[in-house]
Amino acid sequence: MLARIGVSKLEDLYSDVPSQFLHKGAYALPEALSEQEIRDYFASLEAMNARLKVFVGQGAYDHYTPSVIPYLCSRSEFLTAYTPYQCEISQGTLRYIFEYQSMMCELTGLDVSNASMYDGPTAAAEAMKMAIACTRKKTRVLLSATLLPNVIAVVKTYAKFHGVEIGMLKADGGQTSLEALEAELAKDDVAGVIVPSVNRYGIVEDHSGFADAIHEEKGILVEYCDPSALAVVKTPAEWDADVAVGDGQPLGLPICYGGPYVGFMTVKKEHMRKMPGRIVGQTVDKQGRRVFVLTLQAREQHIKREKATSNICSNESLMALWATIYLSLMGPEGMKQVNKLSADGAHYLKAELLKTGKFEDVFPDKPFLKEFVLKYKGSGLKERLEKAGYFAALETEEGYVSFCVTEKRSKEDIDRLVAIVKEG
Amino acid sequence: MKYYDKLIFELSQEGRSGFSLPVNRYPAAPEVPAGLKRQSALKLPQVSEPDVVRHYTNLSQMNFGVDTGFYPLGSCTMKYNPKINEEIAAMPGFGGLHPLMEDALVPGARKVYEEMNKALAAITGMYTFTFDPCAGAHGELTGLMIMRQYHLNRGDLARTKVIVPDSAHGTNPASAAVAGLEVVEVKSLENGRIDVEALKPLLDNTVAGIMMTNPNTLGLFETQIEEIAALVHGVGGLLYYDGANMNPLMGVVRPGDMGFDIMHLNLHKTFSTPHGGGGPGSGPVGVAKHLEGCIPAIKVSGFHGNFGVILRAYAYILSLGKEHLQKVGQFSVLGANYIKECLKDKYKLPIEGVCKHEFVFDGLINDGAHDDVPGATTLDVAKRLLDYGFHAPTIYFPLLFHQALMIEPTETESKETLDAFIEVMRKIADEAAQDPNILHEAPHNTPISRPDETTAARNPILKFQDTL
Repeated sequence: MLARIGVSKLEDLYSDVPSQFLHKGAYALPEALSEQEIRDYFASLEAMNARLKVFVGQGAYDHYTPSVIPYLCSRSEFLTAYTPYQCEISQGTLRYIFEYQSMMCELTGLDVSNASMYDGPTAAAEAMKMAIACTRKKTRVLLSATLLPNVIAVVKTYAKFHGVEIGMLKADGGQTSLEALEAELAKDDVAGVIVPSVNRYGIVEDHSGFADAIHEEKGILVEYCDPSALAVVKTPAEWDADVAVGDGQPLGLPICYGGPYVGFMTVKKEHMRKMPGRIVGQTVDKQGRRVFVLTLQAREQHIKREKATSNICSNESLMALWATIYLSLMGPEGMKQVNKLSADGAHYLKAELLKTGKFEDVFPDKPFLKEFVLKYKGSGLKERLEKAGYFAALETEEGYVSFCVTEKRSKEDIDRLVAIVKEG
Repeated sequence: MKYYDKLIFELSQEGRSGFSLPVNRYPAAPEVPAGLKRQSALKLPQVSEPDVVRHYTNLSQMNFGVDTGFYPLGSCTMKYNPKINEEIAAMPGFGGLHPLMEDALVPGARKVYEEMNKALAAITGMYTFTFDPCAGAHGELTGLMIMRQYHLNRGDLARTKVIVPDSAHGTNPASAAVAGLEVVEVKSLENGRIDVEALKPLLDNTVAGIMMTNPNTLGLFETQIEEIAALVHGVGGLLYYDGANMNPLMGVVRPGDMGFDIMHLNLHKTFSTPHGGGGPGSGPVGVAKHLEGCIPAIKVSGFHGNFGVILRAYAYILSLGKEHLQKVGQFSVLGANYIKECLKDKYKLPIEGVCKHEFVFDGLINDGAHDDVPGATTLDVAKRLLDYGFHAPTIYFPLLFHQALMIEPTETESKETLDAFIEVMRKIADEAAQDPNILHEAPHNTPISRPDETTAARNPILKFQDTL
């Protein structure tokens, strides 16, 4: 090969590199390990981590992953493919993304979904930029203070550099305040408003009047959602929202120390051409057969370059497949049952914890599903639970303790957790 | 590959399901108030587990991956993805960790980040990395935020511009715009490198920095990098390195040594993690020591980035070790130059000389155009390659050439594979010269033929239309 190229040694292939930049000497890296040693080494790292029963959500929900999902997602035709640029040999990827888009539209009730985004918080940040792009002369985006802390932090980071002003919407009784919203809208500079469907306290929010007030001022309403919960709670479309975003992680994706997850975004049809990310569409091939392609690419970074309002290209395709297979297996009935099991478990846990007399109910009348917060009257609860094998009672910024129950936790787990609380 | 036409929705039968949940032993919780309940029926498919397994297995068979065959997609570094890495990422002691667990609960996970940080610093010559970005473009954006934060911290508010070469990846200017920077384009010379004379007048105290990839998107080393670095640093700007093209430098050249202050890596390119049909990736950002303090203010993803991808990449680094890692760059460059030399009598090579991991042809030398039959284009060549069982190269990028065909073989391909590809590329060139219509009509043996993309964009059908 060297002879064909016309050089005598590998080093000659770098003859154009100024010699002072050629790295001399060894790299400060470990010696190579055999496959067996790699397996052993990672097993030793794995063993260092605590193995706790997870009773915390806050943006990462430990739902069950049916065994079919990793089995199918590890098929190398899916796993080792690139973005489906050559549609003639990528119909597998393109079809599942089309199915994913259809399912996200179905969950949120909105018209158009993109092919996925990085995670929930970045999807919210993209929605923030989209709100500015959709509304002329408006400069400010409002965030509900009841959004998850990491959603607020990421949106604020993007906004700071993109030059978007952020306003915070106060909560009232654990849910976004309509009164506060109306006061902010009166300032006539609001491009969009991001509110959680189910919020950081686990409360199912009531957004009656939100869309009308926002649309009156020509702004857009963005609902931040747990897509699993959308099987049972009012959808973004039913709240007349313009955009829905969130994290697809609760759709059977392992919590995996925070990633990979999958962000999603769906929009009303009129905002389709402002939506960031890849989109798959249906068309026909030369034989007239139904086929799928990447479409509406004029919106995207590789065409618009510096005029683009988003730089997203590759996203989280394989995790979108993960969610698609999950939703296929669960179907409408499975989604209802997962929500019911989790919510029944969470309500049972909350009731049992309150019975111990060691907690104060912060939002007693508010509806919730799998997640809730309480005020603990003592201290050191989380550490005590950790010692007993539980990751629970996570302290929040407000000084509450947060709990979450999914179908993976058993009644025995809960009874034991409560017994430990009583002992303290 | 056979043609399979179903969507999962079309397999749906009322009452069928594929889930298995424990018996509910709790007292029934109060229902969500009627006004907060979902009103519309949830029309998800109702299918059994065997339905699901067969459907997605059939879909997979309409796909082409690195495990299927050679994937010379320029700028994408489609190297082989080792299988042990998948096993590591699937270990329950990693997959079951909640992201809000404090460091003390997850020392094994933290150790992966720490050791990975050290390894990437050693490979790149940067001081430290943040692992939050989930993709290459996400890394670019994060890196530019760090660049701006650096100037803001010094109270230097005038630096609003970033210089980007005209050959840059499309994400570069887009990332700059999202980070609130004004993009100033610098032209390339005839030899494909940045025009340093054209750069000079663009430099002043309003320049936050320059974004470069080296080798550039033509696969050419920016030989004047030392002078460029001195010029940009001279006016107080920073140098950003787009790590999409890091593969040829692995084990040979470190971006930090060339004067770059900030860079991102694509773990899904250089560090062998699978592309997954377009993600998940990971785009860690490295900075020089004087920029370390700018990282904490920047929160760009929900938790700690794509841990599962970082695990795979670290397993890859450990499997290569210091010795083999030094061969990665050299072998990737060897393969690219070999293909280039073996094909340049059939395809136009706009710029002669040694390339790095990839190179660009500007279409066929003889496209077969005659009378009123148009010649074969780069698109035609790409589609014809699919017939012969190869993935197509990147086409119509970079924008410097009208018929760009960008080929990147990677170091994990054998000489036999490269030779087979070369033979097919020569055959296609001959076909074009004889009868370009064979190429215009290609592909002929793929699961589908060319789609009607115009209709797809004009009359968008973006979700399943029929009712269940």
